[in-house]
Amino acid sequence: MTAHNEVISAGTFEGRQELQSRSVLTAKEVLREVGAVLRLSEADAALLAEVETVASEDQTMIINMGPQHPSTHGVLRLMLELQGETVLRCKPIIGYLHTGMEKTGESLTFMQGGTNVTRMDYASPLNNELVFSMATEKLLGIDGDIPERAVWMRMLLSEMNRMSSHLLFMASNGMDIGAVSMMLYGWREREEVLRFFQKVTGLRMNHNFIRPGGVAADLPPGWRDDVMAILEMLTPRLAEYDILMSGQPIWRERLQGVGVITQQEAVALGATGPILRSTGVAWDLRRDMPYLHYEQLDFEVVVGSYGDAYDRYAIRLAEIRESMKIVRQILDRMPSGDYRIQNKKVTPPPRGRINESMEALIHHFKIFTEGFKVPEGEVYLAIESPRGEIGCYIASDGSATPYRMHVRAPSFVNIQTMPHMMRGGLVADAVAIISSVDPVLGEVDR
Amino acid sequence: MSTPEVVAPAHATVHGAPLVDSLGQAVLFVAKNRYISVLKELSADGYEMCVDLTAVDYLTHPGRNLPDGIAAERFEIVVNLLSLRHHKRLRLRVQVAESDAAIDSAFDIYPGTDAMEREVFDMFGISFGGHPDLTRILMPEDWDGHPLRKDYSQGSIPVQFKGAAS
Repeated sequence: MTAHNEVISAGTFEGRQELQSRSVLTAKEVLREVGAVLRLSEADAALLAEVETVASEDQTMIINMGPQHPSTHGVLRLMLELQGETVLRCKPIIGYLHTGMEKTGESLTFMQGGTNVTRMDYASPLNNELVFSMATEKLLGIDGDIPERAVWMRMLLSEMNRMSSHLLFMASNGMDIGAVSMMLYGWREREEVLRFFQKVTGLRMNHNFIRPGGVAADLPPGWRDDVMAILEMLTPRLAEYDILMSGQPIWRERLQGVGVITQQEAVALGATGPILRSTGVAWDLRRDMPYLHYEQLDFEVVVGSYGDAYDRYAIRLAEIRESMKIVRQILDRMPSGDYRIQNKKVTPPPRGRINESMEALIHHFKIFTEGFKVPEGEVYLAIESPRGEIGCYIASDGSATPYRMHVRAPSFVNIQTMPHMMRGGLVADAVAIISSVDPVLGEVDR
Repeated sequence: MSTPEVVAPAHATVHGAPLVDSLGQAVLFVAKNRYISVLKELSADGYEMCVDLTAVDYLTHPGRNLPDGIAAERFEIVVNLLSLRHHKRLRLRVQVAESDAAIDSAFDIYPGTDAMEREVFDMFGISFGGHPDLTRILMPEDWDGHPLRKDYSQGSIPVQFKGAAS
């Protein structure tokens, strides 16, 4: 027991998390940090070791980038070991935004859980709510009974959210690279989508709109016109982005060949979403492991071939177009009907009934104070968020609160690819690389 | 609403570990001493990605349903594997005793578990043998305790109702 405690405390003294200086590391550790994980052949590893021994301690410098840095997208701290302007090693240090959301989730009922998870990936809140709701429904055994309209509404909101999230990426990527007008354009277009969310859910962000059993309310009158107006507005503006960035020589120079990651690295590191697809792996949960009714929709999975920052930019731009294509199909096929399951256990009675019926009032009160009990069991559900696979693991002990609620955050895993993308690149490219990974620190730290 | 059978009796084994069906999802119960060898075999079987690694502290809910031959321990490591080739998922559940809260690291097989194992170490105090950089990841380095353990208080201040009969 004592020996074990030593192991536990060994890693926890001050400064241990940080990037260690070369003098205190063994060659093996340095190799692990640079190539960390690459399952290299022996020849490749030797080659790598040779490059690394070029730098001696007095030629290199370890600097902090962040946590307060405009291009780290929140409070991400990167420790970079530099030789001149070249990045030799990099270590992301996270936790600055940790608020114990998984612990909080254990004391919130399944009814309230949505308000918690929606704040994790604040750029795509509806996808967080969706995966949490789907996991809860699976445990309840009602995942097959969700009304058609609710399912199609969920897809509509999920795709609109993908568009707003990728538009935000366009803005922040532009800003990081120095295309300041792109920043304004991206925010402007995203705001149009958020305005639609506000009309539907009442809030621009952190909606808590998709709930176990369906969605919180029906679509408001005139929603179809609003969606059409957004699609109509976006089509020429995306073409404008192409003129402004895609074909522009400075933009290409700045991104092409920067932050390259190979297929093997991406798979080994568990990277998902545009990062994995930029390496040529055509993997999209919407197509490959369909949920909701994605198997009925026609869309392309966009892949890159170089695995560089430009591919990741181009994939996200193309994914906005694919999402628009999906939204058009949803507009044509949106069924009528109920927007939430009529299961008294999960669904509170409608507001109107409360004024008339004592039982409805009691029932409403009980559902909102005590929540509903969820059968014992454990489940993992994953969907494709704009950043990759977002998963929700819930273990229930049969009570009204999750016994354990864990969210597999795509950014948390994707951030591990940064050291590999940065190795041997320039400091100036580091900014482009952070941006192209598109991490949301809210879900990295949870 | 039917109460689904949480863990159906094991009807098959994969690499010697009982495979059960949990709400339509494949779950493999692996003994701690065989954890790494099973992972290696699964990795060779085509599960090329480890999407998630987390833990559960079953301190206050020990009586969960487990297949025969698996003794419930306080901690459970939950690993979600994904096969891109076969479009399949597989979940591993490994029992870890409180008295020996340590398990081998999967880093050499799935390097992506680096951050996830650090998170489990940070939040549950389970150490991973052979992990290259086992330090706290989310909490401050000098933090006491492991927040996601069930005996770790949430630190809330109780509301006082003055004059009420208790």
